Amino acid sequence: MSSIDEQHPEEVPELSEEAHVGVHHEDHGHQEESFIWKYIFSTDHKVIGIQYGITSLLFLAFGFTLMLIMRWQLGNPGQPVPFIGNLLGQANAPGGIVLPEFYNQLGAMHGTIMVFLGVVPLAVGAFGNYVVPLQIGAPDMAFPKLNMMSYWVYFLGGVVMLSSFFAPGGAANSGWTSYPPLSVAVATEGQTYWLIGMTFLITSSLLGSVNFIVTIVQLRTKGMTWMRLPFFVWAQLVTAFLLLLAFPPLQAAGVFQLMDRVLGTSFFLPSGLVVSNQVLQVAGGGSALLWQHLFWFLAHPEVYVLVLPGMGIIAEVIANNTRKPLWGYKPLVYSIIFLGFMSFIVWAHHMFMTGMGTVMNAFFQTTTMIISIPSVVILTALLLTLWGASIRFNTPMLFALAFLPMFGIGGLTGLPLGLSPSDIHLHDTYYVIGHFHYVVAPGTIFALFAGIYYWYPKVTGRRMNEMLGKIHFFASLVFINGVFFPMFLQGLAGVSRRLYDGGATYSHAQGVLEWNAFMSNSAFLLGLAQLPFIFNFFWSIKKGELVDSNPWQATTLEWVATTSPPLGHGNFETMPVVYNGPYEYSVPGHDDDYLPQNMAPQEG
Amino acid sequence: MEIPYTVEVRPDTGLYNAKMGIWLFLASEVMLFGALFSSYVILRTGNPDWVQHPMNVGLATLNTMILITSSVTVIMSWASLRLKDFAKFRIYFLCTLLLAGCFMVVKAIEYNQEFSQGLFPWSDNYMGIYFTLTGLHGLHVVGGMVVIAYLLGPGAKMWKTAPEQYVNRIESVGLYWHFVDLVWIFLFPSLYLL
Repeated sequence: MSSIDEQHPEEVPELSEEAHVGVHHEDHGHQEESFIWKYIFSTDHKVIGIQYGITSLLFLAFGFTLMLIMRWQLGNPGQPVPFIGNLLGQANAPGGIVLPEFYNQLGAMHGTIMVFLGVVPLAVGAFGNYVVPLQIGAPDMAFPKLNMMSYWVYFLGGVVMLSSFFAPGGAANSGWTSYPPLSVAVATEGQTYWLIGMTFLITSSLLGSVNFIVTIVQLRTKGMTWMRLPFFVWAQLVTAFLLLLAFPPLQAAGVFQLMDRVLGTSFFLPSGLVVSNQVLQVAGGGSALLWQHLFWFLAHPEVYVLVLPGMGIIAEVIANNTRKPLWGYKPLVYSIIFLGFMSFIVWAHHMFMTGMGTVMNAFFQTTTMIISIPSVVILTALLLTLWGASIRFNTPMLFALAFLPMFGIGGLTGLPLGLSPSDIHLHDTYYVIGHFHYVVAPGTIFALFAGIYYWYPKVTGRRMNEMLGKIHFFASLVFINGVFFPMFLQGLAGVSRRLYDGGATYSHAQGVLEWNAFMSNSAFLLGLAQLPFIFNFFWSIKKGELVDSNPWQATTLEWVATTSPPLGHGNFETMPVVYNGPYEYSVPGHDDDYLPQNMAPQEG
Repeated sequence: MEIPYTVEVRPDTGLYNAKMGIWLFLASEVMLFGALFSSYVILRTGNPDWVQHPMNVGLATLNTMILITSSVTVIMSWASLRLKDFAKFRIYFLCTLLLAGCFMVVKAIEYNQEFSQGLFPWSDNYMGIYFTLTGLHGLHVVGGMVVIAYLLGPGAKMWKTAPEQYVNRIESVGLYWHFVDLVWIFLFPSLYLL
């Protein structure tokens, strides 16, 4: 029978105590050596997952704060930033009023931090690390020391990125895309920090992706065949391949840009470039477009790195709370693999307006239309899973249900951007900002919230408070749409995304200008809506409702084959053996409405 | 609980973990150097005023020979270890390390010649590409040397404690070393001859 029976109940409280220390280890200043090796330089995938989780949540909060400062400036141009205005520094915000130069830094660093230090480390580093080995029945990741190194290299990358705010002239200010010649010939020293920080982050993701692929391919337990893998594991596998193969070209580009900035080469600087009415004294002959190609070769797959783990989480939560098998598990798997392949050949749809030529545009808009097909298949399969289900509306499920239409809006608004004729009008407007934020914020980040509420009992042995969770959900849902939906209106009116004053000086923006204050106020309220979550997150560590090892009555191994939290080293008392598919809910003839993956078929 | 397949082979994949890891790492490296070479092609074909300086083909040919020889010795060292001949392994492995050192010395002489001719990375994009690509390749050689030196020195204790795992490590290093060699095989004609 299942190994639930084999668990020793007396071990559970002791273990959960351990995990509690692990969860907020940064608050404790213990100096014991064992503490350091257990929680700081740990090689246990669960501790590393928690480290990633805490660090990336802090970076998300920081990136969010940068955005709030920008939104203050857009909603109240020329007014001093309240509360923190004086902390921003006289060089950046004299009297608390944001300078245009500082606004550019905020924009560049908001993007960089949210993507590379917030969402990806949370989706892959935290959830992937913690959940994947448990779901496939592995005692740990394949290379535990590399896993630790991957976290610490990521941490260093984060430190470099943060320290760039104190560099002469401030942080990188050429957008998260760092387009040359701006980023080479004009940008301040912060851009060099950015490049070095990115090198750390790329190294970290390389180590992580190798580890994930080897773990998933090699360490699947007995009986865990490819078509019995939970969809979340598939999503992590495809994501790891994207990270493995798409990041190196950005590393190459980063090396070139670093050479341009530090050694004065001109890989990205064309001949006769004029900066501030002076011809730049460099050899010239370079190509600014080359950077864009190399950058987007990473950054488009990166979009899928952001969203695929989210889709994986959503699939787990939806199957669990509809009490039904996923509608079309195999099409989902084939779609996500196809999506991974296609994501490598759509990158130049970010470059329709660069004048690279109509032939290139035609090719990339065709591939872009093709890649929408597997995305739609995935979303449709998840939607059809809801059909005829008696849905449990708990907090993770609410976030998962909201993901579907929110990601849908993000995806559908992407189609006009993927067609080069309509992109001429929409390019570089707030429409673009609205589009990709719908994919990443109410899309991926909602999925990550679903994941936090869903796996929290596994990590701590306690459930987060449902009431606070629902307040968090409904408030977030309302306000996040308040932030991003008006961006479509502004963008269709032609308001550029890069304006420091939000378009106040442009006549064509006058009709949609009143939305600026609306969006900014929504953003502040969205910030307030996160307070119940933050309180709930810490409060539930000690005070949450104690639950058994499988509070959601789920089927996958992390719930049915080990305790909450799982055993310190090795995860499982005995290696689980898998007999069933991942989503065997409501199996006819079975007593419970769920059939654990490790339950052997009964005789007769 | 032990992590499975650290030493023995998983039957359905035919690989132990580290071997799969090193192949994936090399796939990533292929993308890195693929992007570097592609950039070279784009910069060169896109620039009508491209200047190609005559390079020291003689020294580069010598370096090609050195690296190919080192690829042979690294295989011989692994084969000797598979035959449990540790003494022979050490000789071949040390040869690999010394040959790698020779490569770096020749490279340094070359760089020095170019500097003395007034050719620097910022002189033009050909020199920029030349120094970036050979520099990154050189870093890979140095990285390999560090690992080889470690496995010859303090890391060699593993031959006593976990011989199978030690052989696997040598194999992984060998795979990496062949890749470094292969990159040079592409660098040599594209930078020196074409």
